[in-house]
Amino acid sequence: MATPTLSRVELDYSGGERLTMNMGPQHPSAHGVFRAILTLEGETVVGVDAVIGYLHRCHEKLSETLTYAQYPSIASKTDYVAAMTSEFAYVMAAEEIGKIEVPKRAQYLRIVTAELQRVASHLLWLGTWCMDMGGALGGGATIFLYCIRERELILDLFESLVGARLLYGFYQVGGVRYDIPSGWAQSCRQTIDLIEQRIGEYEGLLEQNPFFMARAHGVGVISRELAEDVGIAGPLLRGSNVNFDLRRAAPYSSYEDFKFAVPVEAAGDCFARYRVRMAEFRESIRIVRQVLDGLPEGAISSRPGLKSVAQVRIPKGEAYSRVEGPRGEVGCYLVADGSAKPYRMKWRGASFSNLAVLPHIIPGHKVADVVAIMGSVDPVFGEVDR
Amino acid sequence: MTRDQAATLIAEHFAGAQVQAGAALAVTVPVEQWQSFARFVKDTLGCHFFSFSSAVDWKEQGLEVIARVDNLDDGLGVLMKTRLGPGVSECPSLVPVYRGANWMERECYDMFGIRFDGHPDLRRILLGDDWQGHPLLKSYAVDTPYPPYR
Repeated sequence: MATPTLSRVELDYSGGERLTMNMGPQHPSAHGVFRAILTLEGETVVGVDAVIGYLHRCHEKLSETLTYAQYPSIASKTDYVAAMTSEFAYVMAAEEIGKIEVPKRAQYLRIVTAELQRVASHLLWLGTWCMDMGGALGGGATIFLYCIRERELILDLFESLVGARLLYGFYQVGGVRYDIPSGWAQSCRQTIDLIEQRIGEYEGLLEQNPFFMARAHGVGVISRELAEDVGIAGPLLRGSNVNFDLRRAAPYSSYEDFKFAVPVEAAGDCFARYRVRMAEFRESIRIVRQVLDGLPEGAISSRPGLKSVAQVRIPKGEAYSRVEGPRGEVGCYLVADGSAKPYRMKWRGASFSNLAVLPHIIPGHKVADVVAIMGSVDPVFGEVDR
Repeated sequence: MTRDQAATLIAEHFAGAQVQAGAALAVTVPVEQWQSFARFVKDTLGCHFFSFSSAVDWKEQGLEVIARVDNLDDGLGVLMKTRLGPGVSECPSLVPVYRGANWMERECYDMFGIRFDGHPDLRRILLGDDWQGHPLLKSYAVDTPYPPYR
């Protein structure tokens, strides 16, 4: 049996040699399955190749085999952290082609759930991002557990409304599936009051922590020009000094009835993105209060009780509908051929475009910053890979 | 810039462009003008925001490549389309105009087999490198087992 020869490699420690390092696909900071092949010079990243697709479930092909009544509950599985948003985009596209009216009460209920979902999604982002940055808050898991505790309260609200905690199937073409049960509005108000108060506590915890500030300030700067060219959206775009929010720029589902601000930050770094999301918590809570105050009576769907495939059909046509999700513009491009199933459906996943900016901004940073930058992008891999 | 102003400008500069009726601005251009049209939309119409690009398989009529770009300041969105023709799967790349087209066109190649001419790094993105076929083509047999998944 031949013994393996051991040879000693003399390394050049002048800092000139390059090392290829695999980050992922099971790195905890990715919050999913993402592999970054980093090229390093010492501690500094000089090149990134991003590998995605580990969670691909052929949503677009699948949608061609499911009717307009069936797919919305599958749509929630694209972005599973904000399941309401994807359902919202899909049913809006079908309604636009079919020119289907949505009752006012259903439009308002859609807004309540979409905004609560935004709060829940941002809570998960805040907790996990701060945990990734470890040293912040002495160990890091403190704020994670606080955020998860608050997110549970919102999931409780969804559970009493829909019966499910994470993947809902709440939206349907023409309206929503369930009306709010008695007492729901009251417990919703209590929950958002509590969360609003605690958001202030988290800001205090984080912004008085020098480690957090050092890791977030000036790291991962995205210029406005790069942001638009790559097509990043949502809090990332607004963190790069672009005042664009679909709820304001192209109001859908009666968003024009409510008063809210669009937070914008100029710096384009991790801290700017953090500030935008913290302000969005409060604006979402403000919208939820206004909707509950002005919730009109009436039907919750214009097409209740579908009994045959003929009722599901949507005329020939095409539409691109988009909603402002927690991670930005979630779009659904739908081509209908007159049958009960789409001819072609394309998801514009916000996380897919947001993640595509990483190869442009990571080079030049230290390996530790890659974790902070990735967390500040808030990717959800169900939406990236679809 | 409003939708109608943009439509007038497009008609002036691109004789072969067909503007679809409707509230949204959807324009079909010949495939030779795909890249120059994108540059015009970016520079003249101010659509700096690259939203997405993809394709539609119209079976015997061939593939149609689409791309959506936005002018965020004016709220103007342009849905650009081009028909490749039956049996053709070559298309000019938009990466020299929009960096966001990089991953989108890789996905489009992955799903439809469209080879984007001028793309710096055209390889599969969502499916594995050893995957055979392009699943979003209508001719792709869904029920046939493909290696390595059976």
